[in-house]
Amino acid sequence: MNATNPLILLVAAIFTHNIALVYILGMCPFIVISRNFKTALGMGVAIIFVVTLTAIIIWPIYWLILVPAKAEIISYLIFIIVIAATVQLLEMLIEKFFPPLQSSFGIFLPLITVNCIVLAVCLFMVLRKYDFIQTVFYSLGTSAGWALAIIIMAAIKEKMMLVSDVPKGLRGAGITMIIAGLLAFAFMGFAGMITLQ
Amino acid sequence: MSPKKTVKRSFRNAKWFKALIAGLWQDNPTFCMVLGLCSMLAITNRMDNAIAMGLGVTFCIVFSSLLVSLFRNVIPSRVRMLAYMVIIATFVICVDRFLKAYFPPISEELGPYVGLIITNCIIMGRAETYAIKNGPLLSALDGLGCGIGYTFMLILMAFVRETIGFGTLLGYRVMPGSWVNWVVMTIAPGAFFLLGVYLWIFRTIAKKTEA
Repeated sequence: MNATNPLILLVAAIFTHNIALVYILGMCPFIVISRNFKTALGMGVAIIFVVTLTAIIIWPIYWLILVPAKAEIISYLIFIIVIAATVQLLEMLIEKFFPPLQSSFGIFLPLITVNCIVLAVCLFMVLRKYDFIQTVFYSLGTSAGWALAIIIMAAIKEKMMLVSDVPKGLRGAGITMIIAGLLAFAFMGFAGMITLQ
Repeated sequence: MSPKKTVKRSFRNAKWFKALIAGLWQDNPTFCMVLGLCSMLAITNRMDNAIAMGLGVTFCIVFSSLLVSLFRNVIPSRVRMLAYMVIIATFVICVDRFLKAYFPPISEELGPYVGLIITNCIIMGRAETYAIKNGPLLSALDGLGCGIGYTFMLILMAFVRETIGFGTLLGYRVMPGSWVNWVVMTIAPGAFFLLGVYLWIFRTIAKKTEA
């Protein structure tokens, strides 16, 4: 088992090992949804919720069922099914019990099924052999880091749209990439803080 | 008009040819739809990784399109997303096992990114927009076109990143001895900048701009 302190893991996942800007995952919504600050915020919150929840569900399934049964080979299949089922369930629960939340983040839930981050967190957690507490903190940190990145990105893009004159061919995805590059530079500044093995 | 020319023209207009060629340029997954970026950016710091990834994605895309298309009348539309994912995941497991068995160093380096082929939106996108409405043969060809288009982009990215970042190409030294490696090209910021510049160039050529 990996013996990193869970709190260090949390900080590392948000800043030094940010999943969007260092591991470059979850890029599709990062490009498409970051046009508007409010939408980015909703997506960020939804991601934090879903990622943490699925990681908590998948950890016991992997270590207590798949590993003893020597069925790691089908782990991808199981992960995907669990993620899809969790998202579907969450969607139904929100619709039924918290209708006001539906408009603010319920609409993002179906999109999350195909988001790489949810699966990535599960794969990383298995690969690095985190224990349960570490998994909780790691998934929370990772999703919060992604949310932070998309919110910063949306805020920059919203301001930029008012004042800047971007060359025609660079508009949309192109300029988003350049901004992401600059943001990634900024996050590199954190890199010396923590080293994970 | 000579008979040879007619044959050529009908060949170009044939449906299967169009399905194959669309993914290469006008529907190129990266430049026109901006899909499947995660692996594209994360993997392309070395050429061998890029080629392995490209071939893996192509394999998954062809066979999942084929299978989705074969089952298109059986899959209920409410659970079609889940059905696509299960089909895709099955092929990704094949790719993962294949790499682990025959190319362990590449498998080691790609790590979780092989598993993440499942959530590569290109495969899902082709299943949803093409394979579910068309016959198996056409779907497989469409998938092949998209896969080749994607691999081509990966190679283009890796070519620049590996030569500038490591001074090598497929592991062989290509830059002169006095060359100082641009380490930034091998990590995230370089990937973002390079893709941004590529997008700029290609969209200017294709005159396909966004507001």
